Amino acid sequence: MHHIDLSSVLRETVSCDLYSNLVTRPTGAAVRVAIERMLGETDGRALTVIDLSQVSMIDFSCADEVIAKLVMRYAAADAPREVYFVFKGIGDDHWIAVESVLECHGLTVVLKTDDGFALAGPVTETETRAWEAVRLLGRTHAIAVAHETACDPAETERTLDGLWRRRVLVKLGGDYAAVGPYDG
Amino acid sequence: MTTVVQVPPSLDDRTFEQVLDQVALLPPDAKLLVDARHTLWASPYALTAMLTLAQTRTERPAFAVPDHDNTASYWARTGFFHHAESVFDLHGSFPKRAQTGESSVLLEITPIIKSEDVHGVVGRIQDKSQAILTGELHLDPKATIPFTMILSEVCQNIVEHAGTGGWVAVQTYNWKRRLGRRVVVISVCDAGKGFRQSLESTPGFLPGSRWGDGTALEQAVVQATSRFRDRGRGQGLAAARKYVTKWGGKLSVRSGTARISIVPAWDDDPPLEEGLAPFAGAQLQVIIPERLPQEPLR
Repeated sequence: MHHIDLSSVLRETVSCDLYSNLVTRPTGAAVRVAIERMLGETDGRALTVIDLSQVSMIDFSCADEVIAKLVMRYAAADAPREVYFVFKGIGDDHWIAVESVLECHGLTVVLKTDDGFALAGPVTETETRAWEAVRLLGRTHAIAVAHETACDPAETERTLDGLWRRRVLVKLGGDYAAVGPYDG
Repeated sequence: MTTVVQVPPSLDDRTFEQVLDQVALLPPDAKLLVDARHTLWASPYALTAMLTLAQTRTERPAFAVPDHDNTASYWARTGFFHHAESVFDLHGSFPKRAQTGESSVLLEITPIIKSEDVHGVVGRIQDKSQAILTGELHLDPKATIPFTMILSEVCQNIVEHAGTGGWVAVQTYNWKRRLGRRVVVISVCDAGKGFRQSLESTPGFLPGSRWGDGTALEQAVVQATSRFRDRGRGQGLAAARKYVTKWGGKLSVRSGTARISIVPAWDDDPPLEEGLAPFAGAQLQVIIPERLPQEPLR
Protein backbone atom coordinates (compact mmCIF):
# COMPACT_ATOMS: atom_id res chain seq x y z
CA MET A 1 0.00 0.00 0.00
CA HIS A 2 1.34 3.44 -0.93
CA HIS A 3 1.65 6.03 1.80
CA ILE A 4 1.38 9.69 0.83
CA ASP A 5 2.08 12.26 3.53
CA LEU A 6 0.16 15.36 2.46
CA SER A 7 2.38 17.72 4.46
CA SER A 8 5.45 16.42 2.60
CA VAL A 9 3.68 16.74 -0.75
CA LEU A 10 2.67 20.26 0.23
CA ARG A 11 6.25 21.25 1.07
CA GLU A 12 7.70 19.61 -2.03
CA THR A 13 5.04 21.00 -4.33
CA VAL A 14 5.12 24.61 -3.35
CA SER A 15 8.57 24.69 -1.67
CA CYS A 16 7.94 27.68 0.54
CA ASP A 17 7.99 28.00 4.34
CA LEU A 18 4.75 29.98 4.24
CA TYR A 19 2.81 26.94 3.18
CA SER A 20 2.26 25.04 6.41
CA ASN A 21 -1.50 24.83 5.93
CA LEU A 22 -3.55 23.28 3.17
CA VAL A 23 -5.37 26.43 2.17
CA THR A 24 -6.39 28.00 -1.13
CA ARG A 25 -7.63 26.32 -4.27
CA PRO A 26 -4.41 26.74 -6.30
CA THR A 27 -2.42 25.05 -3.52
CA GLY A 28 -4.92 22.20 -3.39
CA ALA A 29 -4.82 21.78 -7.15
CA ALA A 30 -1.00 21.69 -7.11
CA VAL A 31 -0.98 19.05 -4.37
CA ARG A 32 -3.57 16.94 -6.22
CA VAL A 33 -1.57 17.06 -9.44
CA ALA A 34 1.52 15.94 -7.52
CA ILE A 35 -0.41 13.00 -6.04
CA GLU A 36 -1.77 12.04 -9.47
CA ARG A 37 1.78 12.09 -10.81
CA MET A 38 2.89 9.72 -8.04
CA LEU A 39 -0.02 7.41 -8.74
CA GLY A 40 0.88 7.41 -12.42
CA GLU A 41 4.33 6.02 -11.63
CA THR A 42 3.00 2.63 -10.51
CA ASP A 43 1.30 -0.14 -12.43
CA GLY A 44 -1.82 -2.14 -11.73
CA ARG A 45 -4.24 -1.69 -8.89
CA ALA A 46 -3.10 0.89 -6.32
CA LEU A 47 -4.14 1.12 -2.68
CA THR A 48 -3.04 4.43 -1.28
CA VAL A 49 -3.09 5.97 2.18
CA ILE A 50 -3.46 9.76 2.13
CA ASP A 51 -2.10 10.92 5.47
CA LEU A 52 -3.19 14.29 6.87
CA SER A 53 -1.77 13.76 10.36
CA GLN A 54 0.98 16.39 9.86
CA VAL A 55 -1.35 18.93 8.27
CA SER A 56 -2.47 21.54 10.79
CA MET A 57 -5.37 22.95 8.81
CA ILE A 58 -7.26 22.36 5.59
CA ASP A 59 -9.88 24.77 4.30
CA PHE A 60 -12.97 24.05 2.18
CA SER A 61 -11.41 25.06 -1.14
CA CYS A 62 -8.30 22.98 -0.59
CA ALA A 63 -10.33 19.97 0.63
CA ASP A 64 -12.44 20.27 -2.52
CA GLU A 65 -9.33 20.25 -4.71
CA VAL A 66 -7.27 17.62 -2.89
CA ILE A 67 -9.82 15.19 -1.51
CA ALA A 68 -13.04 15.59 -3.49
CA LYS A 69 -11.50 15.93 -6.94
CA LEU A 70 -9.00 13.14 -6.29
CA VAL A 71 -11.71 10.71 -5.18
CA MET A 72 -14.05 11.76 -7.99
CA ARG A 73 -11.38 11.26 -10.64
CA TYR A 74 -10.51 7.73 -9.55
CA ALA A 75 -14.14 6.74 -8.90
CA ALA A 76 -15.20 7.89 -12.36
CA ALA A 77 -16.03 5.41 -15.13
CA ASP A 78 -13.09 6.79 -17.15
CA ALA A 79 -10.60 6.74 -14.26
CA PRO A 80 -7.00 6.48 -15.49
CA ARG A 81 -6.26 3.59 -13.13
CA GLU A 82 -7.86 1.42 -10.48
CA VAL A 83 -6.93 3.38 -7.37
CA TYR A 84 -8.38 3.05 -3.88
CA PHE A 85 -7.81 5.54 -1.08
CA VAL A 86 -7.74 5.40 2.68
CA PHE A 87 -7.61 8.75 4.47
CA LYS A 88 -5.61 8.79 7.67
CA GLY A 89 -4.95 11.40 10.34
CA ILE A 90 -8.20 13.30 9.82
CA GLY A 91 -8.84 15.00 13.14
CA ASP A 92 -11.77 17.15 14.25
CA ASP A 93 -10.07 20.20 12.78
CA HIS A 94 -9.79 18.63 9.34
CA TRP A 95 -13.19 17.00 9.49
CA ILE A 96 -15.09 20.31 9.17
CA ALA A 97 -13.81 20.82 5.63
CA VAL A 98 -13.63 17.15 4.65
CA GLU A 99 -17.21 16.41 5.71
CA SER A 100 -18.42 19.49 3.86
CA VAL A 101 -16.87 18.48 0.52
CA LEU A 102 -17.94 14.84 0.84
CA GLU A 103 -21.53 15.99 1.43
CA CYS A 104 -21.34 18.53 -1.36
CA HIS A 105 -20.29 15.95 -3.97
CA GLY A 106 -22.03 12.90 -2.46
CA LEU A 107 -18.71 11.08 -1.98
CA THR A 108 -17.89 8.22 0.35
CA VAL A 109 -14.37 7.44 1.54
CA VAL A 110 -12.64 5.08 3.95
CA LEU A 111 -11.07 6.64 7.04
CA LYS A 112 -8.42 5.03 9.19
CA THR A 113 -9.07 5.98 12.79
CA ASP A 114 -7.67 4.85 16.13
CA ASP A 115 -10.48 2.29 16.23
CA GLY A 116 -9.81 0.86 12.80
CA PHE A 117 -11.45 1.61 9.47
CA ALA A 118 -14.79 3.31 8.85
CA LEU A 119 -16.83 4.76 6.03
CA ALA A 120 -17.33 8.52 5.90
CA GLY A 121 -19.56 10.69 3.77
CA PRO A 122 -23.16 10.21 2.68
CA VAL A 123 -23.93 6.51 2.84
CA THR A 124 -27.11 4.55 3.49
CA GLU A 125 -27.61 2.19 6.41
CA THR A 126 -27.77 -0.76 4.01
CA GLU A 127 -24.46 0.25 2.44
CA THR A 128 -22.83 0.69 5.83
CA ARG A 129 -24.02 -2.74 6.97
CA ALA A 130 -22.79 -4.36 3.78
CA TRP A 131 -19.40 -2.66 3.96
CA GLU A 132 -19.01 -3.55 7.65
CA ALA A 133 -19.88 -7.17 6.88
CA VAL A 134 -17.15 -7.31 4.21
CA ARG A 135 -14.71 -5.67 6.61
CA LEU A 136 -15.41 -8.31 9.26
CA LEU A 137 -15.50 -11.28 6.89
CA GLY A 138 -12.39 -10.34 4.92
CA ARG A 139 -12.26 -11.27 1.24
CA THR A 140 -15.72 -12.62 0.65
CA HIS A 141 -18.56 -13.27 -1.78
CA ALA A 142 -21.88 -11.43 -2.01
CA ILE A 143 -23.78 -14.52 -0.81
CA ALA A 144 -21.84 -14.53 2.47
CA VAL A 145 -22.51 -10.84 2.95
CA ALA A 146 -26.21 -11.36 2.21
CA HIS A 147 -26.26 -14.13 4.81
CA GLU A 148 -24.42 -11.98 7.35
CA THR A 149 -26.72 -8.99 6.87
CA ALA A 150 -29.91 -11.00 6.33
CA CYS A 151 -30.55 -9.29 3.01
CA ASP A 152 -31.58 -10.45 -0.44
CA PRO A 153 -28.48 -11.80 -2.30
CA ALA A 154 -29.23 -10.00 -5.58
CA GLU A 155 -29.84 -6.73 -3.74
CA THR A 156 -26.65 -7.27 -1.73
CA GLU A 157 -24.66 -7.83 -4.90
CA ARG A 158 -25.98 -4.53 -6.31
CA THR A 159 -25.07 -2.75 -3.07
CA LEU A 160 -21.55 -4.21 -3.08
CA ASP A 161 -21.07 -3.32 -6.73
CA GLY A 162 -22.12 0.24 -5.93
CA LEU A 163 -19.58 0.39 -3.11
CA TRP A 164 -16.91 -0.98 -5.44
CA ARG A 165 -17.71 1.72 -8.01
CA ARG A 166 -17.29 4.29 -5.23
CA ARG A 167 -13.92 2.66 -4.54
CA VAL A 168 -14.54 1.74 -0.90
CA LEU A 169 -14.56 -1.97 -1.74
CA VAL A 170 -12.05 -3.80 -3.92
CA LYS A 171 -13.44 -6.35 -6.40
CA LEU A 172 -11.32 -9.48 -6.69
CA GLY A 173 -12.88 -11.70 -9.32
CA GLY A 174 -16.26 -12.60 -7.79
CA ASP A 175 -15.18 -11.56 -4.31
CA TYR A 176 -15.12 -8.25 -2.48
CA ALA A 177 -12.73 -6.90 0.14
CA ALA A 178 -12.96 -3.74 2.20
CA VAL A 179 -10.45 -1.03 1.33
CA GLY A 180 -8.28 -0.56 4.39
CA PRO A 181 -8.28 -4.01 5.95
CA TYR A 182 -7.41 -5.32 2.47
CA ASP A 183 -4.16 -3.64 1.52
CA GLY A 184 -3.29 -5.49 -1.65
CA MET B 1 -11.89 72.20 -7.91
CA THR B 2 -11.45 69.85 -4.96
CA THR B 3 -14.54 68.44 -3.27
CA VAL B 4 -14.28 67.89 0.47
CA VAL B 5 -15.81 64.63 1.67
CA GLN B 6 -16.64 64.80 5.35
CA VAL B 7 -15.92 61.71 7.41
CA PRO B 8 -18.25 61.16 10.40
CA PRO B 9 -16.77 61.21 13.93
CA SER B 10 -17.55 57.52 14.37
CA LEU B 11 -16.95 55.48 11.26
CA ASP B 12 -18.34 51.98 10.84
CA ASP B 13 -20.17 50.05 8.14
CA ARG B 14 -23.32 52.15 8.64
CA THR B 15 -21.75 55.60 8.80
CA PHE B 16 -19.36 54.79 5.97
CA GLU B 17 -22.48 55.03 3.78
CA GLN B 18 -22.42 58.79 4.47
CA VAL B 19 -18.98 58.91 2.86
CA LEU B 20 -20.20 56.91 -0.14
CA ASP B 21 -23.30 59.09 -0.50
CA GLN B 22 -21.03 62.12 -0.91
CA VAL B 23 -18.66 60.41 -3.34
CA ALA B 24 -21.46 58.90 -5.46
CA LEU B 25 -22.41 62.37 -6.68
CA LEU B 26 -18.96 62.94 -8.20
CA PRO B 27 -17.32 61.66 -11.38
CA PRO B 28 -14.50 59.13 -10.81
CA ASP B 29 -11.81 61.63 -11.77
CA ALA B 30 -13.07 64.43 -9.51
CA LYS B 31 -10.47 65.78 -7.08
CA LEU B 32 -11.35 64.68 -3.54
CA LEU B 33 -10.17 65.59 -0.09
CA VAL B 34 -11.42 63.02 2.39
CA ASP B 35 -11.53 64.94 5.63
CA ALA B 36 -11.14 62.66 8.67
CA ARG B 37 -9.72 65.36 10.95
CA HIS B 38 -12.67 65.13 13.33
CA THR B 39 -13.02 61.39 13.24
CA LEU B 40 -12.46 59.78 16.62
CA TRP B 41 -13.10 56.10 15.92
CA ALA B 42 -13.20 53.74 12.96
CA SER B 43 -14.06 50.06 12.68
CA PRO B 44 -11.83 47.67 10.70
CA TYR B 45 -14.52 47.68 8.01
CA ALA B 46 -14.34 51.45 7.71
CA LEU B 47 -10.54 51.48 7.47
CA THR B 48 -10.36 48.79 4.81
CA ALA B 49 -13.31 50.34 2.93
CA MET B 50 -11.55 53.71 3.01
CA LEU B 51 -8.50 52.21 1.29
CA THR B 52 -10.83 50.54 -1.21
CA LEU B 53 -12.58 53.83 -1.87
CA ALA B 54 -9.26 55.39 -2.86
CA GLN B 55 -8.68 52.53 -5.31
CA THR B 56 -11.95 53.29 -7.09
CA ARG B 57 -10.80 56.81 -7.97
CA THR B 58 -8.97 57.58 -11.17
CA GLU B 59 -7.59 60.78 -9.60
CA ARG B 60 -5.53 60.03 -6.47
CA PRO B 61 -7.52 61.52 -3.57
CA ALA B 62 -6.17 63.51 -0.64
CA PHE B 63 -6.82 62.43 2.93
CA ALA B 64 -6.70 64.63 6.03
CA VAL B 65 -5.73 62.42 8.96
CA PRO B 66 -7.50 62.52 12.34
CA ASP B 67 -6.46 65.40 14.60
CA HIS B 68 -6.87 63.33 17.74
CA ASP B 69 -3.56 61.73 18.72
CA ASN B 70 -5.14 58.58 20.13
CA THR B 71 -7.13 58.03 16.97
CA ALA B 72 -4.14 58.56 14.69
CA SER B 73 -2.04 56.33 16.90
CA TYR B 74 -4.62 53.53 16.76
CA TRP B 75 -5.02 53.82 13.01
CA ALA B 76 -1.25 53.60 12.69
CA ARG B 77 -1.23 50.42 14.75
CA THR B 78 -3.80 48.88 12.43
CA GLY B 79 -1.46 49.57 9.52
CA PHE B 80 -3.89 52.04 7.95
CA PHE B 81 -1.44 54.87 7.29
CA HIS B 82 1.22 52.50 5.98
CA HIS B 83 -1.16 51.43 3.20
CA ALA B 84 -2.98 54.75 2.88
CA GLU B 85 0.30 56.34 1.77
CA SER B 86 0.14 54.21 -1.37
CA VAL B 87 -3.39 55.23 -2.38
CA PHE B 88 -3.95 58.69 -0.83
CA ASP B 89 -1.99 61.92 -0.56
CA LEU B 90 -1.94 62.18 3.23
CA HIS B 91 -2.22 65.53 4.99
CA GLY B 92 -1.52 66.09 8.67
CA SER B 93 0.74 64.38 11.16
CA PHE B 94 0.50 60.72 12.07
CA PRO B 95 2.80 58.09 13.57
CA LYS B 96 5.02 56.86 10.74
CA ARG B 97 5.63 53.40 12.09
CA ALA B 98 3.09 51.04 13.53
CA GLN B 99 4.00 50.03 17.07
CA THR B 100 3.98 46.32 17.60
CA GLY B 101 2.25 44.47 20.41
CA GLU B 102 -1.25 45.84 19.85
CA SER B 103 -3.31 43.03 21.33
CA SER B 104 -6.63 44.15 19.84
CA VAL B 105 -5.25 44.01 16.31
CA LEU B 106 -5.38 40.35 15.43
CA LEU B 107 -4.35 41.03 11.90
CA GLU B 108 -3.15 44.41 10.71
CA ILE B 109 -4.66 45.69 7.50
CA THR B 110 -3.09 43.39 4.93
CA PRO B 111 -3.25 43.52 1.15
CA ILE B 112 -4.57 40.41 -0.58
CA ILE B 113 -3.51 40.14 -4.19
CA LYS B 114 -2.55 36.52 -4.77
CA SER B 115 -2.99 33.10 -3.16
CA GLU B 116 0.33 33.39 -1.32
CA ASP B 117 -1.10 36.33 0.60
CA VAL B 118 -3.88 34.08 1.91
CA HIS B 119 -1.27 31.62 3.21
CA GLY B 120 0.47 34.50 4.95
CA VAL B 121 -2.76 35.67 6.59
CA VAL B 122 -3.68 32.19 7.80
CA GLY B 123 -0.19 31.55 9.14
CA ARG B 124 -0.07 34.85 11.02
CA ILE B 125 -3.48 34.60 12.61
CA GLN B 126 -3.53 31.00 13.82
CA ASP B 127 -1.74 31.42 17.16
CA LYS B 128 -3.37 34.71 18.08
CA SER B 129 -6.90 33.70 17.17
CA GLN B 130 -6.88 30.79 19.63
CA ALA B 131 -6.04 33.15 22.50
CA ILE B 132 -8.60 35.76 21.45
CA LEU B 133 -11.51 33.48 20.63
CA THR B 134 -11.27 31.29 23.68
CA GLY B 135 -9.49 33.57 26.15
CA GLU B 136 -11.34 36.82 25.49
CA LEU B 137 -14.53 35.89 23.67
CA HIS B 138 -15.04 32.62 25.60
CA LEU B 139 -16.00 30.67 22.49
CA ASP B 140 -15.55 26.91 22.23
CA PRO B 141 -11.84 26.15 21.61
CA LYS B 142 -13.05 24.25 18.54
CA ALA B 143 -14.11 27.60 17.03
CA THR B 144 -10.53 28.53 16.16
CA ILE B 145 -10.22 26.33 13.09
CA PRO B 146 -13.53 27.29 11.42
CA PHE B 147 -12.75 30.93 12.19
CA THR B 148 -9.42 30.64 10.38
CA MET B 149 -11.04 28.68 7.55
CA ILE B 150 -13.65 31.37 7.04
CA LEU B 151 -10.92 34.00 6.97
CA SER B 152 -9.06 31.95 4.37
CA GLU B 153 -12.15 31.52 2.21
CA VAL B 154 -13.25 35.16 2.25
CA CYS B 155 -9.72 36.26 1.39
CA GLN B 156 -9.68 33.77 -1.50
CA ASN B 157 -12.85 35.35 -2.84
CA ILE B 158 -10.79 38.45 -3.57
CA VAL B 159 -8.16 36.51 -5.47
CA GLU B 160 -10.67 34.39 -7.39
CA HIS B 161 -13.49 36.80 -8.11
CA ALA B 162 -12.45 40.41 -7.66
CA GLY B 163 -9.96 40.60 -10.49
CA THR B 164 -8.02 43.09 -8.40
CA GLY B 165 -6.36 43.20 -5.00
CA GLY B 166 -8.17 43.86 -1.76
CA TRP B 167 -7.65 44.34 1.96
CA VAL B 168 -8.29 42.26 5.05
CA ALA B 169 -8.16 43.20 8.74
CA VAL B 170 -9.12 41.39 11.93
CA GLN B 171 -9.55 43.22 15.20
CA THR B 172 -11.26 42.86 18.53
CA TYR B 173 -12.83 45.68 20.44
CA ASN B 174 -15.28 46.35 23.18
CA TRP B 175 -18.52 47.25 21.44
CA LYS B 176 -20.02 48.92 24.46
CA ARG B 177 -22.52 51.26 22.80
CA ARG B 178 -24.10 48.77 20.41
CA LEU B 179 -23.77 45.43 22.10
CA GLY B 180 -22.18 45.90 25.50
CA ARG B 181 -19.59 43.19 24.98
CA ARG B 182 -16.38 42.39 23.16
CA VAL B 183 -16.45 41.38 19.51
CA VAL B 184 -14.00 40.11 16.96
CA VAL B 185 -14.44 41.59 13.51
CA ILE B 186 -13.19 40.36 10.15
CA SER B 187 -13.31 42.89 7.37
CA VAL B 188 -12.50 42.11 3.76
CA CYS B 189 -12.90 44.75 1.07
CA ASP B 190 -12.01 44.97 -2.59
CA ALA B 191 -12.72 47.33 -5.47
CA GLY B 192 -13.04 44.58 -8.05
CA LYS B 193 -15.87 43.17 -10.14
CA GLY B 194 -18.41 42.68 -7.41
CA PHE B 195 -20.88 39.81 -7.14
CA ARG B 196 -23.27 40.86 -9.92
CA GLN B 197 -20.56 41.13 -12.56
CA SER B 198 -18.90 37.93 -11.35
CA LEU B 199 -22.13 35.92 -11.64
CA GLU B 200 -22.94 37.51 -14.99
CA SER B 201 -19.74 35.94 -16.34
CA THR B 202 -21.24 32.44 -15.78
CA PRO B 203 -21.44 30.66 -19.17
CA GLY B 204 -24.99 30.87 -20.50
CA PHE B 205 -26.06 33.42 -17.89
CA LEU B 206 -29.50 34.94 -18.53
CA PRO B 207 -30.62 37.71 -16.18
CA GLY B 208 -34.13 37.49 -14.75
CA SER B 209 -36.42 40.50 -14.51
CA ARG B 210 -35.36 41.14 -10.88
CA TRP B 211 -31.64 40.76 -11.60
CA GLY B 212 -29.41 43.27 -9.86
CA ASP B 213 -26.87 43.63 -7.05
CA GLY B 214 -29.39 42.46 -4.45
CA THR B 215 -30.35 39.26 -6.27
CA ALA B 216 -26.69 38.56 -7.06
CA LEU B 217 -25.90 38.80 -3.34
CA GLU B 218 -28.84 36.53 -2.47
CA GLN B 219 -27.58 33.93 -4.93
CA ALA B 220 -23.98 34.06 -3.71
CA VAL B 221 -24.49 34.36 0.04
CA VAL B 222 -27.75 32.49 0.63
CA GLN B 223 -27.79 29.96 -2.23
CA ALA B 224 -23.99 29.47 -2.47
CA THR B 225 -24.07 30.09 -6.22
CA SER B 226 -20.77 30.67 -8.00
CA ARG B 227 -19.87 31.66 -11.54
CA PHE B 228 -18.16 28.25 -11.82
CA ARG B 229 -20.37 25.28 -12.69
CA ASP B 230 -18.34 23.03 -10.37
CA ARG B 231 -20.50 21.93 -7.41
CA GLY B 232 -17.62 22.40 -5.01
CA ARG B 233 -17.53 26.13 -5.62
CA GLY B 234 -19.34 28.74 -3.56
CA GLN B 235 -18.96 26.76 -0.33
CA GLY B 236 -16.75 29.32 1.42
CA LEU B 237 -19.49 31.89 1.92
CA ALA B 238 -21.96 29.13 2.77
CA ALA B 239 -19.63 27.97 5.53
CA ALA B 240 -19.15 31.52 6.76
CA ARG B 241 -22.93 31.90 7.01
CA LYS B 242 -23.26 28.60 8.88
CA TYR B 243 -20.60 29.32 11.49
CA VAL B 244 -21.44 32.98 11.98
CA THR B 245 -25.02 31.89 12.73
CA LYS B 246 -23.75 29.23 15.14
CA TRP B 247 -21.66 31.80 17.01
CA GLY B 248 -24.54 34.31 17.22
CA GLY B 249 -22.61 36.63 14.92
CA LYS B 250 -23.42 38.84 11.99
CA LEU B 251 -22.31 38.50 8.39
CA SER B 252 -22.90 41.33 5.97
CA VAL B 253 -21.79 41.64 2.38
CA ARG B 254 -22.09 44.83 0.37
CA SER B 255 -21.61 44.86 -3.37
CA GLY B 256 -22.56 47.50 -5.91
CA THR B 257 -25.69 49.15 -4.58
CA ALA B 258 -26.89 46.43 -2.20
CA ARG B 259 -26.05 44.85 1.11
CA ILE B 260 -27.17 41.47 2.41
CA SER B 261 -26.91 40.58 6.07
CA ILE B 262 -27.34 37.48 8.14
CA VAL B 263 -28.83 39.28 11.09
CA PRO B 264 -28.58 37.97 14.66
CA ALA B 265 -31.13 38.72 17.37
CA TRP B 266 -28.99 41.55 18.80
CA ASP B 267 -29.02 43.54 15.56
CA ASP B 268 -31.83 45.27 13.72
CA ASP B 269 -30.35 45.65 10.25
CA PRO B 270 -32.65 44.66 7.37
CA PRO B 271 -31.62 41.36 5.73
CA LEU B 272 -31.36 43.06 2.33
CA GLU B 273 -30.82 46.70 1.46
CA GLU B 274 -30.94 47.95 -2.10
CA GLY B 275 -30.54 51.36 -3.68
CA LEU B 276 -27.39 52.23 -1.72
CA ALA B 277 -24.77 54.53 -3.17
CA PRO B 278 -22.73 52.60 -5.77
CA PHE B 279 -19.40 51.21 -4.56
CA ALA B 280 -17.20 49.00 -6.73
CA GLY B 281 -16.27 45.47 -5.70
CA ALA B 282 -17.39 43.68 -2.56
CA GLN B 283 -17.09 44.52 1.12
CA LEU B 284 -17.62 41.82 3.69
CA GLN B 285 -17.83 42.05 7.45
CA VAL B 286 -18.09 39.30 10.04
CA ILE B 287 -18.82 40.25 13.65
CA ILE B 288 -18.58 37.55 16.30
CA PRO B 289 -19.65 38.57 19.80
CA GLU B 290 -18.24 37.46 23.11
CA ARG B 291 -20.09 34.57 24.72
CA LEU B 292 -21.40 35.60 28.12
CA PRO B 293 -20.98 33.16 31.05
CA GLN B 294 -24.70 32.32 31.16
CA GLU B 295 -24.83 31.47 27.44
CA PRO B 296 -24.25 27.93 26.13
CA LEU B 297 -20.89 27.05 24.62
CA ARG B 298 -20.88 27.67 20.88
